[in-house]
Amino acid sequence: MTETALRDFKKFTRESLPRVEVLAQGHRACQGCGEILALRMALKAMGKNIIVASATGCMEIVTSSYPQTAWEVPWIHVAFENAAAVASGIESGRKALMRKGRLRKQRITVVAMAGDGGTADIGIQALSGALERGHDFVYICLDNEAYMNTGIQRSSATPYGAMTTTSPPGKLSIGQRTWKKNVPAIAAAHTIPYVATASPAYYLDLMNKAKKAAMIKGPAYLHLFSPCPTGWRLAPERTVEISRLAVQTNVFPLYEVVDGRYIITKKIKRPKPVEEYLKLQGRFRHLDNKTIRQIQVRVDKEYDLLVQKAGLTETQEESKHN
Amino acid sequence: MAKVDAITGWRNLEIGCAITEPGSSRKLKTGDWRSQRPVTDYDKCIKCGLCWIYCPDMVYSPTRDGYFKWNGDYCKGCGICAHECPKDAITMIMEGE
Amino acid sequence: MPKKVGIEVSLAVSEAVCAADVDVIPAYPVTPQTHIVEHLSELVADGELDAEFMPVESEHSAMSACIGAAAVGARTFTATSAPGLALMHEIVFIAPSLRTPIVMVIANRALSGPISIWNDHSDIMAQRDCGWIQTFAENGQEVFDLIIHAFRVAEDPEVLLPMIVNMDGFTLSHVIEPIELLSASEVSQYLKPFEPQLVLDPKNPVTMGPVGVPELYTEARQQAESVLNGSKKVIVRAWKEFAKLYGRSYKPIETYRTEGAEVVLMTMGSVTETAMTAVDRMREKGIEVGLMRFRLWRPFPHEEFRRAVRGIKALAVVDRAISFGAQGGPVCSKVKSALYGAPYQPQVFGFISGLGGRDITVEMFKQMVKKAIRYAKKGEGPVYELIGVRER
Repeated sequence: MTETALRDFKKFTRESLPRVEVLAQGHRACQGCGEILALRMALKAMGKNIIVASATGCMEIVTSSYPQTAWEVPWIHVAFENAAAVASGIESGRKALMRKGRLRKQRITVVAMAGDGGTADIGIQALSGALERGHDFVYICLDNEAYMNTGIQRSSATPYGAMTTTSPPGKLSIGQRTWKKNVPAIAAAHTIPYVATASPAYYLDLMNKAKKAAMIKGPAYLHLFSPCPTGWRLAPERTVEISRLAVQTNVFPLYEVVDGRYIITKKIKRPKPVEEYLKLQGRFRHLDNKTIRQIQVRVDKEYDLLVQKAGLTETQEESKHN
Repeated sequence: MAKVDAITGWRNLEIGCAITEPGSSRKLKTGDWRSQRPVTDYDKCIKCGLCWIYCPDMVYSPTRDGYFKWNGDYCKGCGICAHECPKDAITMIMEGE
Repeated sequence: MPKKVGIEVSLAVSEAVCAADVDVIPAYPVTPQTHIVEHLSELVADGELDAEFMPVESEHSAMSACIGAAAVGARTFTATSAPGLALMHEIVFIAPSLRTPIVMVIANRALSGPISIWNDHSDIMAQRDCGWIQTFAENGQEVFDLIIHAFRVAEDPEVLLPMIVNMDGFTLSHVIEPIELLSASEVSQYLKPFEPQLVLDPKNPVTMGPVGVPELYTEARQQAESVLNGSKKVIVRAWKEFAKLYGRSYKPIETYRTEGAEVVLMTMGSVTETAMTAVDRMREKGIEVGLMRFRLWRPFPHEEFRRAVRGIKALAVVDRAISFGAQGGPVCSKVKSALYGAPYQPQVFGFISGLGGRDITVEMFKQMVKKAIRYAKKGEGPVYELIGVRER
């Protein structure tokens, strides 16, 4: 079904990048913000024929501080945990009005956006409900791995060992003591047509995935790696570099799940050691070699599992066709 | 950056305080946050556009001859463009220099 | 004129929603509201109502989806009860701020704990300052009519506020009453299609719900307060027009046998009918007692109330919720504050009764009246009393 929907899909290339900007200049994101960069790219790919429902968070406050807005498209903010529910209401409202002849029939992409806290923690119920109900919308999780807007508190998407203001390292603590929640896998478990991870360093990959997500009918989930120089204690010019390193070390692998089929979109032949990724960020500065080795083992294991998922389903596909 | 233009009487507010002028954030010249600014050496520039696509503040815009023009009104001086430029054509210099 | 049919009041709620040609119904089941959403889903499944029935995963999402749907211009309805209303609390306050004219029926139920599925008014009283227009129905016919009225008022361009119609859980929601059901075509004379002022539309992009910076927030709240207070004239006008079209007339405050009354009982909702019986029986015995009830609770009908109490010696205000630590119930507190500085001030005695499904019987109303008469003569009484509580 998804493959039919993507029949007319034409990839963006370096030469055919859309010129359109959906966000205006003058937004108040921090210097070198990777979150608004990832958002900007996804929005460019989707264009202006969209309606956006935003959760509370950095992106909400930096774009909508009264009386100015950075939005060139219709946008609504209601609360923190309900972006998916608001988006599902928008989609259903339009559907009913179009069916009843009170609104011109036209496909508009309904987008819900939230940070990792608004997605993995407080918003996961609304997200799960909207995915399960099968609304035609795109959910974008802008993952900067902590509650940055409130002052860098840990979320369930904060990586192991990271220092945040509520997972401080100390005599009895190595920092965050849990492993990052795998939200893309949770989204995929809803058997929705499209799930993808993307990183702004690989902008063509990100934009093509955003375009696909908008084209597909039904729920699509995009998980965008969103470096936060402020919260990660990272030099602001290194936002794109760290986005690249996350992929090259397999800390944040790039893949799609199309109709349940896992496809790794950026295969890393010789991954760099995770230490290269960790050492650029002050939030990991306190980690000892033992913990870094632990993280390396975990990253390798998770990547193997991903490869297995991708391989396994590919084999199944093959046997089905044989 | 003060919210002087937010100071208005309640009778002037739109229904539900909606903002009806899209993209009005352009009025906020965030360039004054900057301590460093990028300078492009057009002799080295290969028109790859990475400065444009990697800019979180949409500071670069394509020109007719294929280069990318910088807009100081909004550049916060993060330095991503200089850091990512494959030909080291962009240098960050201190403001005022 | 349509004939009266015997119908469960919850089903009549659904029929009213159907007659109002609602577009979107995000709903989550909670006792005692369930029959409403069950029947609505049936009406949609049978093609009798062309709407999106959204079986959301919580009341929090129900209200969130209502806002999303209303923001694109859809006529939107939901229904809930105590735990559900409490869960949606955060979003309930945002709906009027965004000026989304959602209509919600609350099948009133006690708040936990201990958990109780039965009727009182603690759920809605916890939301009384949420910025919605709020009415209380006494019987099934009134529920039906108030829903139609609610859409008309909520969507009025002068108002554009959400509206709650309260009906008592079980004692109203689950009883069969003779109700005159208006058809969609009859309702269409009264209720025109919703014409929103601002919608989410790519052709004309608006930003809804921007950050309320300190330079904005006070003015934003003033807008919400001013529109809510100003809605009263629209509410009353819409009731007058309703009466003209359908013959049933409604007012913000109803009075019953208050002429020459020494003591007047004040009630809300379905207990009013029992209270009327008590009044009739006491009047037969020569006790000068009357009854008054609020149909409109928010905006509070100050002027009407002050006019209605003129000449009355004492009010016995019946609350069906405790305002913990405030020494009384929310209705009594409001009544007292509404009288402060008024040219005519009856004595006010507060009674709390009928909590968590406990009946308020005719005898209990009589007891309250007798106490109020005694206290009035003495010139003082307790700050408030629970009626029908066992001590040991």
